[in-house]
Amino acid sequence: MSAVFEEKIHQTLADPKLQLAIFAATGRLMEKRRKAVNAEVCPDFQELRTQAHEVKRHTIDHLDYYLDLFERNVIAHGGKVVFCKSATEVADFVLGLAKERQAHLIVKSKSMTTEEVDLNERLEHHQLQSVETDLGEYLIQLAHERPYHIVAPALHKTKEQVADLLTERLGVPRETIIEKQTMIARAVLREKFLAADIGISGANFLVADSGAIVLVENEGNARLTTSAPKVHIAIAGIEKMIPRAQDLAVFLKVLGRSATGQPLTVYTSFLSGPRRADEIDGPDEFYVVLLDNGRTKVLADRDKRESLYCIRCGACLNHCPVYRKIGGHSFPWVYSGPIGAILTPQFLGVNHEPGLPFASSLCGACAEVCPVKIDIPKILLELRSEVKKAEEREGTSRLERLAFRVWAWVMRHPRLYEMAGMAAAYLAPSTDGGGWVRRAPSGIRVAPLDAWLSQRDLPSAPAKSFRQLWRERR
Amino acid sequence: MSREHVLHKVRTALGRSAGQPVEDPPPVRLNVPQASVEARIAVFCERVEALAGKTHRASSLDDARAYVESALAGRKSVASNAPVLRECGITALAGVESGITDALELRTLCASAACGITGADYALADTGTVVILASPQEARLISLLPPVHIAIVERERLLTGLDELLAILPHPAEQTSSMVLITGPSRTADIEQILVRGVHGPGEIHVVVV
Amino acid sequence: MPARVSLFVTCIVDQLFPKVGVAVVDVLERLGFQVDFPERQTCCGQPAFNSGYREEARQVARHFLDVFCDAEYVVVPSGSCTSMIAHHFEDIFEKEPENLERARRLEPKVYEFSRFLLEVAGVDDVGARLNEVVTYHDSCHALRELKVKDGPRRLLGHVRGLELREMDAAEECCGFGGTFSVKFAEVSGAMARTKIDSIVRTGASAVVSVDSSCLMQIQGALARAALPIRTLHLAEVLASR
Repeated sequence: MSAVFEEKIHQTLADPKLQLAIFAATGRLMEKRRKAVNAEVCPDFQELRTQAHEVKRHTIDHLDYYLDLFERNVIAHGGKVVFCKSATEVADFVLGLAKERQAHLIVKSKSMTTEEVDLNERLEHHQLQSVETDLGEYLIQLAHERPYHIVAPALHKTKEQVADLLTERLGVPRETIIEKQTMIARAVLREKFLAADIGISGANFLVADSGAIVLVENEGNARLTTSAPKVHIAIAGIEKMIPRAQDLAVFLKVLGRSATGQPLTVYTSFLSGPRRADEIDGPDEFYVVLLDNGRTKVLADRDKRESLYCIRCGACLNHCPVYRKIGGHSFPWVYSGPIGAILTPQFLGVNHEPGLPFASSLCGACAEVCPVKIDIPKILLELRSEVKKAEEREGTSRLERLAFRVWAWVMRHPRLYEMAGMAAAYLAPSTDGGGWVRRAPSGIRVAPLDAWLSQRDLPSAPAKSFRQLWRERR
Repeated sequence: MSREHVLHKVRTALGRSAGQPVEDPPPVRLNVPQASVEARIAVFCERVEALAGKTHRASSLDDARAYVESALAGRKSVASNAPVLRECGITALAGVESGITDALELRTLCASAACGITGADYALADTGTVVILASPQEARLISLLPPVHIAIVERERLLTGLDELLAILPHPAEQTSSMVLITGPSRTADIEQILVRGVHGPGEIHVVVV
Repeated sequence: MPARVSLFVTCIVDQLFPKVGVAVVDVLERLGFQVDFPERQTCCGQPAFNSGYREEARQVARHFLDVFCDAEYVVVPSGSCTSMIAHHFEDIFEKEPENLERARRLEPKVYEFSRFLLEVAGVDDVGARLNEVVTYHDSCHALRELKVKDGPRRLLGHVRGLELREMDAAEECCGFGGTFSVKFAEVSGAMARTKIDSIVRTGASAVVSVDSSCLMQIQGALARAALPIRTLHLAEVLASR
């Protein structure tokens, strides 16, 4: 893995407060999910997961058809669709529209897609104020950080850190009571909602048969973002598509329960087009930006295409024993956790962080909870193979490759294997009486051995292998 | 901007050609259980209250008005143009402004009102949800800006759940630019996972079933 | 004529935990099976496969197929090795129809040890006795790929004198993950420590699992923390009298 990756992991592991924050937050989300999906409360949950997987498979396999249908329906309801192949195009579009409308202030609701394209940074470069309105995202924005978790962006912040942040950035007197901190943010953001020229949202789902987007939230900021300003721009990856409004019966159920243990979040908005002629309020203009930015590359890879089924619930993060130790900021890109581990190499190339697919014990907890049944461990294994192929082409990791070649050769020759076993037993560290070994004997420095011993003891080699015992027994 | 480019890449990735037909998606399976109105009301109220919402089963339109009057306690409020509100006499209560059709006027009132009062197009019993479609009767901001939201739900509109809603309303986009499902008061747990209500949307909600 | 069972003892048991292999043989023979140990066996290929070296894994997997192609049953005292053979050989031999066919024919005969006892031998009481308070660790591959969860608990439930106490994090990964344990040693160690904290909370004097790799990770962490808790493979418990 890269030195940067290793260092970030090390820092996170070495911070006991952070470890506790990650552990507590993910633990709580796991518990909430468990309560919402158990057999008494939701007897058909497993069935729903299968249905969700099947609908996603159909949609993604025919995505061109549904993109076209979606666009026609958006237009039919008075909206516009903008296809963007890259992050730059998204920013260009928003900037262009903002200029035309002489907009200065933008309010944003939570959208990982906009993080992916660094939208705020790009807008700020052009003197456009773009304010995050989800409480966690607002705090992250004030701190100039990236979200720590898909659903809980400020998971890593203590109330003391929030107090510092609010005082430093807003100049308010220091306040450590969480409810009051929330009200401070509410007051600031309320003004922004009502003064904003443009509201930018993401979209949890794009509904093809309706030309609609669906937004799922608990605070109300997405509703305000998409109802108060005159212009609403929704930005979403092309893979967010579902065929029919009626498919929400499956998707809303699995999303809420998987993410936060809620059968429905507080607000679910189904938005299609600008306000109708006879409606009283709502935006006058409605744009849906459909983003590629590498998704078509993933689409082309049949074996890994299901990575695009993700509905961004965050359950895989919460259940991942590795994420629960290394946290969201150790990951090299905006998407963290198991889904981040499979998306990052596919979007940015396996060389971006070659260690990433290996940062997993392949325990399978993610696949077990994924509401759309993405087989994440299987994809990780494929990515590992791709990393090794890339290394072979580049001529790196020679020693490891040689080691495995020798290993495979030995494993194909039973007598060699046996001799190797006896040799290793002879050379291996041991204690008298066959106990467990703390340290390698001086003179033997093998990286994997050192790595193992840095964390735990090693079993000493037994006097006889099983096959030796077997022979004696017969 | 890059419409053809992106669509072309999608098609190429999928090995599909332009205009190539699509087989049917997996069938939709909506589960609409049988449940009496009484049973629905009971489940609905229980769910709303479990989310810290308040409910009131009105014995009459008058009773509904009386409940709302006491909840408002004379504070400045905005009521939507839902006919049921006039029928109950809620729009005539002191401090209640209604009949607004201008967006700016509405926003200004909502921004300073203590309560927003709406009807409901539907309600969903199993999740304690109130469903509001934007229309000439229902503006979006009334149930959103004021810190208190009171919804009057007519019992005939109380459905068993989301499945039934989607069964009777498969194409919401044909009716409205905005259909909102409201399930309890606004909340967040973004700081140390501590629950706080009323972050942006109303922190207090009342549902009156008539 | 007692049914013939071929033992795939796994390289880790063969080299590091031979007593587990002996225990498996004892239990099976006591149940009346004739145990055979094809001596040309080595490894299932998992270490290479998990490290991204599919070609090397394929070579070793071919050897495995050669060794076990005539087996009536293959019993494996490891969830991860069983899942490698039963599930991942499909991926490895994707482009080799002949070997894919061989793998598919072998797959229904390959059993993780506890499943063999319950499903083929049809027993949940092997007459074992062990006076000890133990807790059970669900190995990830066994749990999630082979759906091995209640089986070992049932078997443990019939061991005379044994008290089984569940730990709160029974289903959480111990952090071994093959080369993960050395490539990401710090994280692996942290995961192990979380696991042993959970174990300690039960008050058990031993941890039982169906995977020796997990037990090696857990025992290593227990020893480093100087805790007097021991690890036992399910076979060792069931072989106790």
